[in-house]
Amino acid sequence: MGSIVIVGAGECGARAAFALREMGYDGKITLIGAEPHLPYERPPLSKDGLSGQLPPKYVADAERYRVAGIEVLTDTPVSAIDRTDKSVTLTDGTSIAYDRLLLATGARARTIAGTDDASRRIRTLRTHADAEEIRRELAPGRKLAIIGGGFIGLELAATARRLGAAVILIEGLTRILSRGVPEDIAAVVAARHRAEGVDLRCSAKIERIDADENCARVVLADGETVDADLVVIGIGAIPNTELAAAAGLAIDNGIAVDATLQTSDSDIYAAGDCCSFPLCHYGDRRVRLEAWRNAQDQGTLVAGNLLGAGEAIASVPWFWSDQYDLTLQIAGLAEGASTTVRRDLSDSAFILFHLDDTGRLLSASGIGPGNAVARDIRLAEMLIAAGKRPDPQALILPETKLKALLAA
Amino acid sequence: MSGNWIEVCAADEIDEEDVIRFDHGGRTFAVYRSPDDEYFATDGLCTHEHIHLVDGLVMDDIIECPKHNGRFNYKTGQAKGAPVCVNLKTYPVKVEAGSVFIALG
Ligand SMILES: Cc1cc2nc3c(=O)[nH]c(=O)nc-3n(C[C@H](O)[C@H](O)[C@H](O)COP(=O)(O)OP(=O)(O)OC[C@H]3O[C@@H](n4cnc5c(N)ncnc54)[C@H](O)[C@@H]3O)c2cc1C
Ligand code: FES
Repeated sequence: MGSIVIVGAGECGARAAFALREMGYDGKITLIGAEPHLPYERPPLSKDGLSGQLPPKYVADAERYRVAGIEVLTDTPVSAIDRTDKSVTLTDGTSIAYDRLLLATGARARTIAGTDDASRRIRTLRTHADAEEIRRELAPGRKLAIIGGGFIGLELAATARRLGAAVILIEGLTRILSRGVPEDIAAVVAARHRAEGVDLRCSAKIERIDADENCARVVLADGETVDADLVVIGIGAIPNTELAAAAGLAIDNGIAVDATLQTSDSDIYAAGDCCSFPLCHYGDRRVRLEAWRNAQDQGTLVAGNLLGAGEAIASVPWFWSDQYDLTLQIAGLAEGASTTVRRDLSDSAFILFHLDDTGRLLSASGIGPGNAVARDIRLAEMLIAAGKRPDPQALILPETKLKALLAA
Repeated sequence: MSGNWIEVCAADEIDEEDVIRFDHGGRTFAVYRSPDDEYFATDGLCTHEHIHLVDGLVMDDIIECPKHNGRFNYKTGQAKGAPVCVNLKTYPVKVEAGSVFIALG
């Protein structure tokens, strides 16, 4: 019996709650979230979910929580953790006792200082509420300015073009997707956006952004001004660590956890976008991932550990992005690679494999229409997890079956 | 249950531990050959976001969706956990005279 409290009703918190039941836990589970909705999937918010399909795509419907005996409190921010008393406090003053606590507080969109604006013409995209407001502005004859050439900005650009809005995307660095995406792949993405009519500007520094009820204006450092109906800032995310920090838990670019996702308090765990953890297969380098499958994997693993399994996280990072009919998938981390080889699957789909100086496969990133690269990326992920040193020449040849390399 | 048997392809057109797509009567299916050389068929589209499973990875008796790695047992159609929670429909399959047939109810 007992009581497990989960703070943060997102992908990770919801997954952990269901996994606890699947693992046979029959105590009390309370899943507490600040948003007005049951847990929903964020990835559609910048993709198809933005062009149609409302309400949000729920992780599970209310009936499934009821059947599983999971109490979900929505619209209920947790304001404090009392580690001595082992309870959390809600904003209305109510307190809920825990035996074990999971923090799955996720992350929030980073913004640019001084752009809080009453006119709501300068926005970020993290929640369903954000997506609803942004969607209203996306129509033929409207103009959208996106700040930042990361995944969310680029996906939003693709969706906005499909809805007929004019799009200008402003990136401060010399190219888009500079964080974690090889240049060759970023170049394919950039070319496609330009072909679809996105005005893509790199190396453009922003001086300030002004807004009133009628219009927003981005002023660039070189003096140029860009007027738009809406500005969306997509410059990354900040982990929600304040609650953990106020309770005195260790923080290190996220709520710091060990390989079992335990925080510096042995009764408190953290998982998903909010935590930083030692990454297996990569020398236990401390990382924080903002990725949907990581949130699920960690949610599942942490459920076992809340029940005492003590299992270390061993999954290989995996990420995907959809833009137009293109899908990009990345397994592993390419940092530290000394060799890169390219496997062309067709005229329009290819995979880059990154190996270190001992020949170990570190990462694979691919792009192509539909699911052209999916199977090979998945197999690459398994090769990475198995610590394989595949022959680079074999990787290049599309006729080499990666499944065979896995068995080798 | 057996309805009418529809010919899919020659048995050797599907590799061991692999899957092909089969379209018939406006519907789409996935037809599998298991590592121990048995044949199976399911609906073609993942129950998460209706992505075709043909680009997915077959490992033992699991088909993994290419889009977000949702997993199903293709022999029973059972969804094996998040993000998929709705099972796949399965169809009877037989191999006769070197060809694979599926029964569409
Ligand atoms: C627009 C968009 C598109 C994305 N696309 C992709 C993609 O294509 N591929 C991919 O791999 N990943 C993608 N992601 C990332 C993915 O959605 C995240 O990695 C995932 O949502 C992380 O889940 P989480 O549960 O850890 O955190 P979150 O989803 O952020 O959930 C945390 C929840 O905790 C709540 N919370 C925080 N503090 C408190 C508190 N004190 N009290 C109560 N509740 C609290 C928050 O309100 C939030 O609802 C995308 C993200 C966004 C925003
Ligand atoms: S579409 Fe198959 S897992 Fe999402």
